[in-house]
Amino acid sequence: MPRVTHFLFILRQLRPSVSPVWRAQGLGKPRQVNGGDCPAKWHAVQSVATAKGGLTLNLHEYQSKRIFANFGIPIPDGVVAATPAEARDAATRLGGAVVVKSQVLVGGRGKAGGIKLAKTPDDAEEAAAAILGMSIKGLTVKKVLVDQAADIKTEIYLGAVLDRARGRVVLMASSEGGIDIEQVAAETPDKIITVPVHPFLGLRDHQARILAEGIDLPKEHTRRFTAIAKSLYNAYVSSDASLAEINPLVITGSGDLLAVDGKISLDDSALFRHPDLAELRDPDAEDASEQEARRFGLSYIQLDGEIGCMVNGAGLAMATMDIVKLYGGSPANFLDIGGGAQADKVAAALRLILADTRVKAVLINIFGGITRCDEVARGILDAIATLDVNVPFVVRLVGTNEEEGRQILSEANLATASSLADAARKAVAAAEGETA
Amino acid sequence: MSILVGKDTRLAVQGITGREGAFHTEQMIEYGTNVVAGVTPGKGGEWAVGNTPVFDTVLEAVHATGANTSIVYVPARFAPDAIIEAADAGIELIVCITEGIPALDMVQVRAYLDTTGARLVGPNCPGLITPGEAKVGIMPGHIHTPGNVGLVSRSGTLTYEVVYALTARGIGQSTAIGIGGDPIIGTKFIDVLEMFENDPATDQVVLIGEIGGTDEQMAAQYIAEHMTKPVTAFIAGQTAPPGRRMGHAGAIISGGEGTAAEKITALRAAGAQVSRHPEEIAEMVAANVSLA
Repeated sequence: MPRVTHFLFILRQLRPSVSPVWRAQGLGKPRQVNGGDCPAKWHAVQSVATAKGGLTLNLHEYQSKRIFANFGIPIPDGVVAATPAEARDAATRLGGAVVVKSQVLVGGRGKAGGIKLAKTPDDAEEAAAAILGMSIKGLTVKKVLVDQAADIKTEIYLGAVLDRARGRVVLMASSEGGIDIEQVAAETPDKIITVPVHPFLGLRDHQARILAEGIDLPKEHTRRFTAIAKSLYNAYVSSDASLAEINPLVITGSGDLLAVDGKISLDDSALFRHPDLAELRDPDAEDASEQEARRFGLSYIQLDGEIGCMVNGAGLAMATMDIVKLYGGSPANFLDIGGGAQADKVAAALRLILADTRVKAVLINIFGGITRCDEVARGILDAIATLDVNVPFVVRLVGTNEEEGRQILSEANLATASSLADAARKAVAAAEGETA
Repeated sequence: MSILVGKDTRLAVQGITGREGAFHTEQMIEYGTNVVAGVTPGKGGEWAVGNTPVFDTVLEAVHATGANTSIVYVPARFAPDAIIEAADAGIELIVCITEGIPALDMVQVRAYLDTTGARLVGPNCPGLITPGEAKVGIMPGHIHTPGNVGLVSRSGTLTYEVVYALTARGIGQSTAIGIGGDPIIGTKFIDVLEMFENDPATDQVVLIGEIGGTDEQMAAQYIAEHMTKPVTAFIAGQTAPPGRRMGHAGAIISGGEGTAAEKITALRAAGAQVSRHPEEIAEMVAANVSLA
């Protein structure tokens, strides 16, 4: 079946563990919390749950916090600025000390110097001048968020995420706020408390209290914490998020709770019912080749090897990369043309591969099911006809209309292969021949 | 025997009048699947794909034709309702091919299905086939051959690759099932492993996994504790760089969890043999056959 939606947002600029991974505590441990909704026996034996939804659209901090605010979660007063002068105005308007925060879709902004405290509007202007235009992990900062500085007494973590093992949205909290939850999960997993939410019931008050209790939240904050947890769950469900986290959720000197930083990732598959959220996509977060891939409904990730790979199906694409490596080569990319690709899509895929100057050979592995080998063959010829091709191709076509496909390619004088192993060996040899 | 689909399958096709639904219905009939009904709201009373009667609702289709299995080719935004409708109509096995269903819709669907007796395979899967008996899915039928190897996979074309290699060696399959790559799916590895373990027609099992998630680790645990039949596994994504998403939902490494290495270690420790590439699976399976 052809892809019904084609939102392919590649997480290349994000830190490796962009979504949290947490450990659900094993039964019997003191901190084990069962929100009353995990009946399957496997939950008991499962020590690790990976929190990963489908393809996602990652929102900037300021966008995420605006959504939080819409659902009643308190956030610091803040203004987005694109120039140092705007940052200065913002600081003047907000009054007092501010924090100038780079808005880029990567982790580790603080360490990279992308977050600065400014006590005066002059300082804010200077901080913005330093941060705007700087490059953080390959991304240029184009906007800063100028937030009123919070009087931070305690930092906690509160997040909502999809637990694929349980098939539930899970709320998780930790007393260890302000650091990556992945780090907490790795080092002190017993400091993460989780409750699974039944989709027909929503987050119940008692579940939020279980979280509050589990992280030893001082009792005077329980009511406000419960309201925030419920708002976070509502924000998550209403925006079809795959991840929504407040980190840190701060207890201020005056005893208020404030979402000082946060992040939302949206489920790409659900964007059809959120046109307003779909517009929040930052085109700068993808490089040109990935935008091109998206336009054609291709799934493409550039790597740093020498053998360009074009395959149908993600699993087979990964297996093809694996076998290239097994035979001593290194894949230049992951590229899945999807099911039922037509000639124009195939040609677009080859243009992407050949635009990478490191590519020394191209391996095409198509197992025709819905995808027809003759369509793929026509696309290959189209691409060769319009592009300046000076690297060798190894083509393997199996399945639907393979004979027609081979017939079409026979005029093109391309190397063919019968098995996947044979194809990989030939591609590796071809790449080496090109190098020599 | 075999599992889930076979000669007793009476299939209703939800979305039979759509382009994909019609095409694959034809292919399924050609393979010999007993397609008894189609369902498309508003087109009840018509005929589709030769002489398949079309109904407005699954309930009518079940009453009129005794359908016990359905396959869903309905677009993503309507598919959750189609699955629930099938369960409400008493369909025992629902196979959802549709890709791109919002994850939170599937959370609801799964929570609802837990209250019924229906089993869901998928979504975002190629379906399943019992060679020589019934094809309920989109896989190319001709690459399969009847036999005693059960296959379960998160992938589509990679499964075809393995089936092709098995068939080329003269090794047939009892049932080959693609469980889908989405975060929330109806049937998991362990469910299928249990069915294969209890299926007299299955002598050994092939498990094809991917990076991301923990389903393979759970499968490994199940294998260690419950499987007496040999299991041969392959995990795609051994060369995937951490943090890079490889195309679909299941295929991601998050912060050191769900890596290929982790899964391979778990499967080996559970007594499964793990192949380095898809064609090697067939070699390993063939070695098991000659030992038996």
